Amino acid sequence: MVDPLHIVVCGSIVPDPLQTLEPIATPDGPALKNDLLLPAILDPFAAHALYEAAELAKQCAGSRVWLVSLGPKAKLQQVMMSLAQKAPFELVALDGPAHGFTDAHETAEHLAATTAAIPGLDRDRLLLFGGWESASRGQGVTLQIVGERLGIIDQFQGVDRITPREDGSFEVMERVEGGRHLVSLCAGPPALLGWATGERGEPRNDPQMGMKNMRLMMSALQKAVPVTLSAEGFCCRDVRLPGQQRQTRIVKDMQPAEIAQEIFEWIRHD
Amino acid sequence: MDVDIACVGFGPAVAGFLTEISRGLNENPSLASVAAPGMPPQVICCERADDIGFGVSGVVTRGRAIRASFPDFDPSQIPMAAPIAAEKLVYLLDPVGASRRSLPLRTADRLLRILRPLLPFRHSALEIPWIPGFLRKHDGFVLSLGQFTQWVAGQVMAAGNVQIWPASAVAEPLQESGRVTGIRLMDQGTDREGRPEAGFMPGMDIRAALTVVGDGPVGAISQQLDAAFGLPEGHRRREWGLGMKMVVDLPESADLAPGTVFHTIGYPEPEIFGFFYVHPGRVASVGVFVPSWFDNPVRTVWRYLQHYIQHPYLWRFLEGGRLRSWGAKSLEESGRCGEPFLALDGCARIGECSGTTNILTGSGVDEAWCSGVLLADGVLDLMKTGRSFTRENVEVAYVERRRASWLDKELRAAEHARDGFERGFLRGMASMAVTGLTGGRLHLHFAARQARPIRSLEDFCRGRLRSSELQALREDCRIRNLPLHDAVMRCCGWPEIPYDDQLLVSLQDALLLGGKVRAPAGFRDHVRFRDAEVCRTCEARICVEMCSGQAISPDGEGLPVFDREKCVHCGACLWNCTGIDEEGQANLIFSAGAGGLHSAEN
Repeated sequence: MVDPLHIVVCGSIVPDPLQTLEPIATPDGPALKNDLLLPAILDPFAAHALYEAAELAKQCAGSRVWLVSLGPKAKLQQVMMSLAQKAPFELVALDGPAHGFTDAHETAEHLAATTAAIPGLDRDRLLLFGGWESASRGQGVTLQIVGERLGIIDQFQGVDRITPREDGSFEVMERVEGGRHLVSLCAGPPALLGWATGERGEPRNDPQMGMKNMRLMMSALQKAVPVTLSAEGFCCRDVRLPGQQRQTRIVKDMQPAEIAQEIFEWIRHD
Repeated sequence: MDVDIACVGFGPAVAGFLTEISRGLNENPSLASVAAPGMPPQVICCERADDIGFGVSGVVTRGRAIRASFPDFDPSQIPMAAPIAAEKLVYLLDPVGASRRSLPLRTADRLLRILRPLLPFRHSALEIPWIPGFLRKHDGFVLSLGQFTQWVAGQVMAAGNVQIWPASAVAEPLQESGRVTGIRLMDQGTDREGRPEAGFMPGMDIRAALTVVGDGPVGAISQQLDAAFGLPEGHRRREWGLGMKMVVDLPESADLAPGTVFHTIGYPEPEIFGFFYVHPGRVASVGVFVPSWFDNPVRTVWRYLQHYIQHPYLWRFLEGGRLRSWGAKSLEESGRCGEPFLALDGCARIGECSGTTNILTGSGVDEAWCSGVLLADGVLDLMKTGRSFTRENVEVAYVERRRASWLDKELRAAEHARDGFERGFLRGMASMAVTGLTGGRLHLHFAARQARPIRSLEDFCRGRLRSSELQALREDCRIRNLPLHDAVMRCCGWPEIPYDDQLLVSLQDALLLGGKVRAPAGFRDHVRFRDAEVCRTCEARICVEMCSGQAISPDGEGLPVFDREKCVHCGACLWNCTGIDEEGQANLIFSAGAGGLHSAEN
């Protein structure tokens, strides 16, 4: 019997990946054009973390899962309509900007303070989850700083699997250079796990779960604390999208090896 | 799972319903759930699309019902909304000489060109100086339906009385002894044929005392209810349209005020109506409607839309613009003639699937909203008085309200407005004018035609292309697995589209740039073909020609193949299937489906 865990997932929203993004300059700094119009989803890395957290909680009876999310309240509410059907969790909402043009330290400070203040959270059972990268907070350091602010020393990044053991310890499988994995044994919570893609797909929608979740989530959204990120001493000197090149052609019955060779040649000449 | 009210689809009708229900529940806290004793009434809404606001509609509306629900309605609070600043009705002449115009219309066009110094004629178009009252939207606003429904959903959800579930396609209504008892969601974790695979999760049954169906013109639940209960005597669904639109970032040179509206007629074919609406932030919605009575068997809407936007009257604003978003939807244009049974035991129908689209005024969103509000008022009455949702009670509470409303009065007036279009463009316009100007008191009488098969391509192209030429085109397209429409249009004189990679793009590029289609794995294909032999022997194959996303394509052996990755769920294939069996059933099945467009701007 594994001891119950308290798993806090830090994750926010990002534009739906099918959207066309265009950075623009505003008097308040960089922003995305038509940001308000863009449909949003939970950051894919954070989503993996959340689904893994829900699965882990299922394995460790009595566990609880919180999602600490900093984003515009209205957008958070909309994303929760879908997310609430995927996994059981409790929402802790912060009403503030979700775009990536913010100081990771300042964002982390708010997330850490909010996490520390979760009623009933037992630090000795705490696993802090999040994405090892983020589609919006692209510095990829926010989660680590949250962990440091909470005094969590055992940190793992690029995690694809966690296996709890009877004695309270757990095995963590992390991605390392060269397409390999590193397996570590951690004595137990508290620990921080920045998830890569994990090993499970997106859960199916379960309206019954959604109905239960959403009752609590609406209350959490109503209580969302407004957060202003001052960005004092922080500026973005240049903002641009990764270069893209699109070449479309239709080829039927091409062998995988030929496709791979063509991609290889294309990358080599890029 | 048991709830009190289950809604299908989150379009304007259900949005109106949930807005009023939510308020009613706030104002009547003593109302209690029957499904979950001790709780407030449990109201849920299942929406097929992956998120709220992924619908498509080019909306200019007077918004009477919407404003009645939101007396302080301020368009500036909704992205892309603006009050109407200017409105024009424009007759577009054919600048390329390829449009298929009758002799009287060609004569009229010549006359207009001769008289143009005396007329408001410019850029190959006549700005008609007077817009009939029934068409005017002067006191209304332009909207993005996606943004509007998102705005409504935010408010409805925040009130806490109602839950809306996107990505929850409803497969079928639950029925027991003629009573609708709820809905069944689509199975998850299946292959394309619907066979269970890893992670299979059977579609959940949601039992409800009242099922509110507002799933649009080609909704799976509406189709099944119509099949089970039929239509009232004399009602029929024969009139359809396919609307396709783009949302465009206008170039800086386009000095149009937000709220500028052009309604157009005459081009690219006389039967095709068009629209151009300007949103705040130098953004425009531009699109066309291709009706079912335009009997071109290769009626590709995308190609026509590309010619439409290049008309000089519009191109002067659009040149240099950039495609931002794109989509298409079917329109149920039978209006009140296609109204189903609005009340069933345990069920009510609202919105477009209930015949609310007004084909005379060219308005549907506000009418759909109105029907939802009327139902909500009735449902609240029934709940307050403790009456159940029997057909008789729903008739009294909802249908009688609807019959007494401006909605029904205007739908009645519009019933015969478009009868003349089956006899040609000019007769159609005359019949619309007479009906509209007399408020429906008079209409031109045309003997009702039986539903007839669409014309053959040879017949449609008579005088332009010989049979042998068409046969050669067919053979060439068959070998290359291509639809026929581009080849036929090219041979009929339509110029090639000068692609600019921004606005004039191929349909496949439009899917990438603006359509943003997603087809999640683990669901059954929503388009299937009952009998392959019927498809093999079908000569028209309009399902291929009219498919908005080229999701249905020929496979070289005469069979249409469906590719869910490209489907925008417009539903045009359903009403364009010519393989109708003796029981009136189409050979093409268009059922509940997951995924589709991922854009909230349309």
